[in-house]
Amino acid sequence: MSAALSQRLVRPDLDTLMPFLGAGILVVAAGVVFPQILGANYLLQQLQIAAFLGVLATGATIVILLGHIDLSVPWTLSGAAILSTALVGSGDPVLSALAMPAGLLFGAAIGLINGLGVAFLRIPSMVWTLAVNSMLLGLAVLNTGGFNPRGEASDAMVFLATGSVLGIPASFLTWMVLVALLGLVMTRTGFGRYLRSAGFNEKATFLSGVGTPGVICLAFATAGACSALGGILLAGYANQAYQSMGDPFLLPTIAAVVIGGTSILGGRGGLLGTIGGAVFITLLTSILSIMQIQESWRNIIFGAIILAMLLFQSLRKRGAA
Amino acid sequence: MLDYVRSNRREMIAAIVLIVLLAYYLITHPRGPSTYVMTIWANQCLILALAAAAQFFAVVVRGIDLSVGAIMALANTLASHLLDGSGISIVFGIAAVIAMGAACGLLNGLLIVFGRLQAIVVTLATASIFVGLALLLRPTPGGQINYDLADAMTLDVLGIPTAIVITVALIVCFWLPLRRTGLGLGIYAVGSSEQAAFQSGLNVVLIKVVSYTLAGVFAALAGLYYGFVTTTGDAGIAATFTLNSIAAAVLGGVLLRGGVGTLVGAFAGAFILKTIASLMFFSGIPSLAQPLFEGLILAAAIVIGGADVLRVRDKLEVFAR
Repeated sequence: MSAALSQRLVRPDLDTLMPFLGAGILVVAAGVVFPQILGANYLLQQLQIAAFLGVLATGATIVILLGHIDLSVPWTLSGAAILSTALVGSGDPVLSALAMPAGLLFGAAIGLINGLGVAFLRIPSMVWTLAVNSMLLGLAVLNTGGFNPRGEASDAMVFLATGSVLGIPASFLTWMVLVALLGLVMTRTGFGRYLRSAGFNEKATFLSGVGTPGVICLAFATAGACSALGGILLAGYANQAYQSMGDPFLLPTIAAVVIGGTSILGGRGGLLGTIGGAVFITLLTSILSIMQIQESWRNIIFGAIILAMLLFQSLRKRGAA
Repeated sequence: MLDYVRSNRREMIAAIVLIVLLAYYLITHPRGPSTYVMTIWANQCLILALAAAAQFFAVVVRGIDLSVGAIMALANTLASHLLDGSGISIVFGIAAVIAMGAACGLLNGLLIVFGRLQAIVVTLATASIFVGLALLLRPTPGGQINYDLADAMTLDVLGIPTAIVITVALIVCFWLPLRRTGLGLGIYAVGSSEQAAFQSGLNVVLIKVVSYTLAGVFAALAGLYYGFVTTTGDAGIAATFTLNSIAAAVLGGVLLRGGVGTLVGAFAGAFILKTIASLMFFSGIPSLAQPLFEGLILAAAIVIGGADVLRVRDKLEVFAR
């Protein structure tokens, strides 16, 4: 078991590779019709944009590995963006410097609230995070008066979202650093192991002497901080925060995680596949809009391709079993 | 009688809360209790109640349907094309809308059962397809629904709001008989333990597919009734109704782990949620603070529902929940 497990951590399986393959096929197939897709400019730009979804999906992967789900992503993201742009907008240099840490801390705090409800009150995460999301929405409306929040992004936020280092988008690098850090946590610490085993079987994990409530809280707090980072990046990209900026990200986030081979039931999957899932979904969205297809058909094709990938994964497993 | 109360504790609590809220609403309403006030209230409630009923049929077999709102939008836009004529064509139009809902639900069920996929990801993908189809039918809100028909369905019968008559009729003529059939018992058996149901000789596959089909039918009815209330077609209603249908079902005592809850409970949960929203409107709370209060009340209701976990003596019991 442990040999198989360590092998999986070192050598990614087909589930993890599939979204990358899918993304490759997508680029090549679309590149035949639109040669500009194969250019470095376009692909680097896609990596820059994929990072926003990718950061959110990285946090979502942690929670989904645990066998839970976080539906509070949209307003955790918007809340962190509103908070940090407001701090920068105050003009005070100290507050501006605190903008990003404050945003991340806000996200972690919301995540902790999510985790407390799930771990101690045993409320299903789908319902509790939904309620937290609607409370955050209410707070944001009350705080901003229903108008677009005032404020601006700091230089650091703008750089992280739109800058580049040696030609590689800074947002993509931020995402990779985050994945590497969390990847180390997942493989090298007790928390990572407890997270997976709690996803497989929470009762057995608890009976083995693991403080599962603490694991749940920490996982949700991490996911909340990831959502906040996504919000900060998006605010840097748009140079402002705006109402409901997070709404279009909720479902693609879950789709990216699942396409990346992580089981929605928890326990199985990993952060590596999620990278492929986020890249695949970003490319699919972008290529569909380059083809100037109507929004209606874009929705239909998007849903059909995701279904096809899921079916392929599931039926392949059945064939192998 | 006492046994009945005890075995339907969750529904009883929901019913009492609803009665208190409704009484308070009617007292505080500036126009006082009248057929007009009741009709407006009941119409809004019934839309969400039908959506919650759709969610109930998916949740009771231990699934979830994230395409409820999407099927509503599709049904609503289809109705705005088909229900503008008169007489016989309207009858066929209604039948077509309901058949379309059944087909959507059937597709969900078949993918979940035969594709061996998780309900949450399947319905996430099909929701995208259904919304796409709805946008194809109505890129912008518009169309019309026969006014006479809409009036007949949304006004009152002898002083009683038609929506209330429909609610009672659904419970008495559909739900109570269904409970006594093999299917009605089967959905609870499958939801409680799929394996035990299978080993008892139940046709688990058929029961699950039929249950998801019923979910599709009720979602279509919700979209149809939304059309009667607004007399137009709008493809943009999907997101709010999906999430609210889950919240309503949970408020009405339907457990997300399956096998627990009733259609009556889902109805009651929806009525409670809508009554709270209507109460806000006249309560004198500043309009900007209303979304926050709605969120707080939703969260409070869920926390109270989950509070009996604190009374559990055996710590291991919580993992079975």
